[in-house]
Amino acid sequence: MDWFKSVKQMVALKELPKEEWILSGNAACAGCGASLSLRLTYKALGPRTVFVIPACCTTVIAGPFPYTAFSSPLLNMAFEATAAATSGVVAAFRKRGIKDVTVVGWAGDGGTADIGIQALSGAAERETDFIYIMYDNESYMNTGIQRSGSTPYGAWTTTTPTGKRQNKKNMPLIMAAHDVPYVATACISYPLDLIAKLRKAKEMKGTRYIQILTPCPPGWRFSTEKTIEMGRLSVQTGMWALFEFDQGRFRLSGPSAALIDKEKRKPIEDYLQKQGRFEHLTKEDVTMIQKWIDQTWENYKKLQLNVYSP
Amino acid sequence: MSKMVIDTGNHIAGYAAKAARVQVVAAYPITPQSPVVEQIAEFVERGEMDAEYIRVESEHSAMTACIGAAAAGARTFTATSAQGLALMHEMLHWASGARLPIVMAVVNRAMAPPWTIWADFSDSLSQRDTGWIQFYCASNQEIFDTVLQAYKLCENQQVLLPAMVCFEGFILSHTSMPVKIPDQEAIDDFLPPYDPAWVLDVDNPLSHGNMVSPEWYMEFRYFIQEAMDNAKRLIPEIDKEYGRRFGFEYGGHIEQYRCEDADLVLLSMGTIGSEARIAVDNLRKQGVKVGSARLRVFRPFPREEIRRLVKDAQMVTAIDRQISFGIEGPLFTEVKASLYGEQDRPLAAGFIAGLGGRDVTFHDVEKIAMKSFEWLKTGKVEEEVKWIGLRA
Amino acid sequence: MIKAPKHLKDLPITPLSRPTVASTGITGFWRTFRPILEPAKCNRCLICWIFCPEGCIKRGTEDMPEIDYDYCKGCGICANECRLGAIKMEREGL
Repeated sequence: MDWFKSVKQMVALKELPKEEWILSGNAACAGCGASLSLRLTYKALGPRTVFVIPACCTTVIAGPFPYTAFSSPLLNMAFEATAAATSGVVAAFRKRGIKDVTVVGWAGDGGTADIGIQALSGAAERETDFIYIMYDNESYMNTGIQRSGSTPYGAWTTTTPTGKRQNKKNMPLIMAAHDVPYVATACISYPLDLIAKLRKAKEMKGTRYIQILTPCPPGWRFSTEKTIEMGRLSVQTGMWALFEFDQGRFRLSGPSAALIDKEKRKPIEDYLQKQGRFEHLTKEDVTMIQKWIDQTWENYKKLQLNVYSP
Repeated sequence: MSKMVIDTGNHIAGYAAKAARVQVVAAYPITPQSPVVEQIAEFVERGEMDAEYIRVESEHSAMTACIGAAAAGARTFTATSAQGLALMHEMLHWASGARLPIVMAVVNRAMAPPWTIWADFSDSLSQRDTGWIQFYCASNQEIFDTVLQAYKLCENQQVLLPAMVCFEGFILSHTSMPVKIPDQEAIDDFLPPYDPAWVLDVDNPLSHGNMVSPEWYMEFRYFIQEAMDNAKRLIPEIDKEYGRRFGFEYGGHIEQYRCEDADLVLLSMGTIGSEARIAVDNLRKQGVKVGSARLRVFRPFPREEIRRLVKDAQMVTAIDRQISFGIEGPLFTEVKASLYGEQDRPLAAGFIAGLGGRDVTFHDVEKIAMKSFEWLKTGKVEEEVKWIGLRA
Repeated sequence: MIKAPKHLKDLPITPLSRPTVASTGITGFWRTFRPILEPAKCNRCLICWIFCPEGCIKRGTEDMPEIDYDYCKGCGICANECRLGAIKMEREGL
């Protein structure tokens, strides 16, 4: 079934720019989901993009002085400070009359959901005119796989060796509650959906938040060739949903739209069994996770009917 | 046209940011600094100041936003006190390491706990290692002038470091004094538009702050020290130029009062230096040969100036409005460090005074002077760290 | 390729980096397996091109994929995602 879908997408794929703005020979791990998300983001936004990035995997991908793998301007920043620094860049460009430049705050889940949430919340409340992208590999991967607020329930990390006891922090809903013009979730396994959302965001004003699921081979414990497969399974099981809050209106997108029907969602075991970080889960854990997913999708149903607001 | 205003130190700092044609302000309120950011907000919303004003959600974000804005090519300003300055600590290092000429008004307030809103230098002096230039003011006129001089100094291509303009909370921040604000055209002639040494530009892409191995880190730190040395050289030059243009100058690094033939030089910073002048006059009337030296700049520390200042004195006494726990007041330490290599060294004594806003009047300074003379007579400083005004 | 600084005077005052290919070296050396494409089996759907995290599969003549072995890290995503089995992973250096 997947192959037929991809045949349909061939035309749009061909239209994407051939140029690579993340230069080869960088320090990303083999099979790195975050690296791909950055590459796809550049294909969506183009080279007139200024990035502000905190300490994270992308810092390593950028590479050591005097070299950088980024071919457009990059401001490295302290861990918790991405959205605040980006606010400053936006203000300075506006004051100096510099237009036709996209300013992006680009951070991982640690730098967004945990230490960076204050700055992001403040920037969003101030209606700062920028795109904020959280690439979500579901742990502090750069410092060696420690848990973050975005780590899912039950996942092994070095600071939750018997499995995280708490659920994944719902950043998209938190950002939707800030009444920002655009919130979207995406996944590198659905590149055209991701690129379409980024290009849509680029045309808008105000705080635009996009969260991209980026599977991580060393952190999630799977073999490097399966990165895209993991992202796909995450969406197909309903563990990760692709949706938008467009001017506050919720809408499931792409393959997630059909998964409102529980029968169409693959069982969560299909996802959990394939990753070493979940291999210690008990039957009870899996049942709990499945229940949590089903509950979440009930909420999506209500959101789609405009019955429930975050 | 120049004009006279009578206003508080805080509002004057706001006037100075406006006069300096600051382009981006990112600030967070804290007592006793809040009127600075309120004044700027009023200027911006009345259309009198053409700046972007980011009402950030914390001081850490305030400094970060200033860094982002400066990296994107704007002249930036912020202000804070005590806890706010401490919260910014991480980003203070960032601003100097990124060589961004941000100017910040620090309305000095003592660190908590205990909670206090009154002044001492524990906030700014705690940050003395961060690579920021530090000015200490003793009047509202000086606050205005120093902000302008700071931008001129910091944006000089041989400096490119951020600067704090410090003034004591409530003593200066909330006290009205007459201030002459020069003609804007004359100010523009003194302070041209900001010309960044590096900037985020899509037509000339670069990355700032990528990882540096041990092979090169030390050199970047060496450059900051070099810049501080350049600043030390330029500070009196800029002060003199400002004096020529606008009629106000402050003696470069140190404002000296009756030190030429002094046996005892009283060294202090901020408003204690003003009180000291009254004490000096009183003591001189009694035939005591004492002088007051108010350090206007703590970073870079004016070692050469200190050595010249006390060359013919028999004793130097440092009055510190801060203590570095475990040793002594920082001013005292650094004065001694400056004099250690000298052949003929005066006797040196250090006093701790005025912490948490405890009032330091000229009476207290006279007491300090008399105690110093007592020790000078015996040739021995009895107490290495002497607290003034401590309850029994 | 930017020259690495040797002397104090070669350094900028603050760490400024310029865009460079091979910022971390010739990452092709990382590989244990290398992807081999069989052009006869390829229908130029560009799935491998879009999913390569390194961007080191180039779109050649008429969009025939060309793998840049200088920088390919051998992750195997291209081989795993190709629906027609046109890419196989082969052990390096045997």
